[in-house]
Amino acid sequence: MQALDNVVVLDLTHHIAGPYATKLMADFGADVIKIERPGGDIARTLGPFKDNTPDPERCGLFFYLNTNKRSAVLNLKAAAGRDALAALARRADIVIESFSPGTLERLGVGWQWLQQVNPKAPLISVTNFGQTGPYRDYKASDLVLYGFAGEMYSMGETDREPVKMAGTAALFESGSAIVVALMGALFAAKRHGIAQHVDISLAETHAGGVDRRHATTIAYQFSGRKTIRVASQASGMPTGIYPCADGYVDFTNATLYPDRVDDMLQHPDWNQDPRYADPVQRMNPVLVEEWNSHFLVWCLERTKREIWAEARRARILCGPLFTVEDMFEDEHFRGRGFWTSASHPALGEVTFPGRPFIMGRDGWEFRRPAPLLGQHTAEVLREAGLAGPAIETVIREGGAA
Amino acid sequence: MSPKPLEGIRVIDFCVVWAGPFATMLLGDLGAEIIKPENPNVFQPLTRGPMARPPAAYLANTIAWAGGMPRNEPGTRPWDYSPTFVSLYRNKKSFSVDTRAPEGMEALRRLVAVSDVFYENNAVGTMEKLGITYEWLKSINPRIIMVRVPAYGSTGPYAHGARALGVHLEAVMGHTLLRGYDDTDPSSNSAIYSGDYLAGAQGAFAVMTALWERERTGEGQLIEIAQAENAAAMFTQAIMDYSLNGNIQGAIGNRDVHGRFPCGVYPAKSPGGPDTSDDHWIAISVEDDAQWQALAGAMGSPEWARDSRFATNAGRAENFREIDRKIAEYTSAFEDYDLMARLQAAGVPAAPVLEASRLYDDPHMRARGFFRKQHQLSSGEYEYMGPMWQFPETPVEFYQAPIMFGEHNDYVYRELLKYSEAEIEQLRAAGHITTEYAPNVP
Repeated sequence: MQALDNVVVLDLTHHIAGPYATKLMADFGADVIKIERPGGDIARTLGPFKDNTPDPERCGLFFYLNTNKRSAVLNLKAAAGRDALAALARRADIVIESFSPGTLERLGVGWQWLQQVNPKAPLISVTNFGQTGPYRDYKASDLVLYGFAGEMYSMGETDREPVKMAGTAALFESGSAIVVALMGALFAAKRHGIAQHVDISLAETHAGGVDRRHATTIAYQFSGRKTIRVASQASGMPTGIYPCADGYVDFTNATLYPDRVDDMLQHPDWNQDPRYADPVQRMNPVLVEEWNSHFLVWCLERTKREIWAEARRARILCGPLFTVEDMFEDEHFRGRGFWTSASHPALGEVTFPGRPFIMGRDGWEFRRPAPLLGQHTAEVLREAGLAGPAIETVIREGGAA
Repeated sequence: MSPKPLEGIRVIDFCVVWAGPFATMLLGDLGAEIIKPENPNVFQPLTRGPMARPPAAYLANTIAWAGGMPRNEPGTRPWDYSPTFVSLYRNKKSFSVDTRAPEGMEALRRLVAVSDVFYENNAVGTMEKLGITYEWLKSINPRIIMVRVPAYGSTGPYAHGARALGVHLEAVMGHTLLRGYDDTDPSSNSAIYSGDYLAGAQGAFAVMTALWERERTGEGQLIEIAQAENAAAMFTQAIMDYSLNGNIQGAIGNRDVHGRFPCGVYPAKSPGGPDTSDDHWIAISVEDDAQWQALAGAMGSPEWARDSRFATNAGRAENFREIDRKIAEYTSAFEDYDLMARLQAAGVPAAPVLEASRLYDDPHMRARGFFRKQHQLSSGEYEYMGPMWQFPETPVEFYQAPIMFGEHNDYVYRELLKYSEAEIEQLRAAGHITTEYAPNVP
């Protein structure tokens, strides 16, 4: 048994944020039926690809985002495709989609339609800016959304342009916000019999999220102070990113624990100046610079792993800057079973991050790799009660098997 | 009024800093009752601010989002309105108790008996020192769901001693080397906390998953979210590139991780400079050749943009620095909002990179009613960021302003835990029941 194995999710999302949310549902047992348009989810066209060669069945991003799902290709512009969708929607506990606002209505399969087909099923709509408001039809990307609503403005160097997070981190954050709404809507349906059309704006998932914008905005309301873009907020001893013998380490110790730091450093003479332990004097940039000039020498004589070991011993907040390779090969994560391996028909044996968290019972399982395009069209339509000829029509119009 | 999705679910918030409180806030937004036990004799730095009684000089020297208190003063109850605290503590309840004393643990025991979830994200070892383990909780209430959020997990070489905020976890998960400008070393990277977002939201998901399971089995369980493992998903492209190809990705600034050009942040006409946060920028990302043509058209089809080398993504990739320079020349003559309207009208993804205070003036956020006024007695009335989703039938309401220390002592001790008046007086005399930190707490 898995916690969510009594939940059927009809998943009309594509790209990254929506599929990440439904992947989490699928990983904990939900039967996620992924509807792909003829040609497939756009994520199949984004990298990284095996051997750096674009191929919709050999995409690492798609592979990760769609574990444990089944794929059905439906052409929603054709009547047979819409009929098939109705059959699937009747069996679904919840429906989620990420088309631009109004698209499902234009196809005749929007919220009103779902209410008739399956009055018990909530609908989650995920769009860039929401179903209402002047920007509802605006286009966006990870960069555009994070710049607009996240805390990108204050990231980077003062004299240069603001700089974003890596990859599409903002869209993964949004995916995590979406899966909470999915469960919320399921609970409202199950416990109170309320089926509703939930409106999620990716912009609001950043403005309302926890990564500093919640605090920068209210800090301005409170004090009139703005969060200046500064490269380093090294106001502590030590705080910030320091070079070391083989890379970098990141420390935070803004105000506290001078005794622990002294312990980490093993009580060198240079650190015994009483000004270094005074909470107000420790905020003086000149003093911080003086202290850092000693600390830097200590760092440069050690590797990132050596420094981290000393920091752990002394209970100081610290993290070494790992490359992806460092992290991938690290014995801690390997030993804990964080990585999972699976066989995929087009990719072969693949290693990837497994459980997002560990449940004591009925938790994460890897049941199947990401589906090939339309791999389960016939299977899920058969389960939904469609007859052979109808299934053949759907497949023909979908242009894929 | 409709019942809320999680109405009737009670959560004990034994959380610190951001990742845990974010999870319980989301559960509170969905209707769960969130109760935070707070110790009047111990101040956990970074939860209700940097210290209980920060000197004014200290606050003035601290980055705005940490030190920007109402009217720029510590005031009399600084622990009630630290900017990093208030936006995570709506829709919760606070009661004071020192769980290091036996009678404090007894109060917690009574609360556990009537709760559904116990959520904590303290440094590994903290709970054990207090005697709070899953086994203890389960012995009181077998239906309890416990969530723990250790930085690197409860097992393995980094389990013990490794203290971490989101920023350190991201260093270890590769994020710090993967982000930032492509021509500077990583020491210029500002501290960020995306890992708290991921672990927090997924913590709320984990709780609801276990609640869903409990409806079938009738039993609670223990959940472990190793924050570093959870955060790794954000860097899927880099991880899978290494896994599939052995490629080690590095920082590429604002460029698209999927190699679509142009994608960047360009200067707009600015009322001032970055020193006063008055510099304006616009983010533009072009995802295919048609959008490139649309961008060129919106810019008035200048001769440089008609260059046939730029017609394909491969050509734009080869010449992106030249293209970025030309786009910047164009954008710097426009107001950022005018540019957004112009580019969006042509179908090009674009928006201003907004400094935080400007979000309050955005007409779209206003039109959607995103901001919420909350009145807290200690600080006054302000506008806060709204919820992350809009539920029409079970709307997220901000029914409780950011909790003041000990604000719900009465409710918790009297109504919920059924203490007698005499017992309450004893607990008050022993320093458990109070609305302030003890005077000796710095």
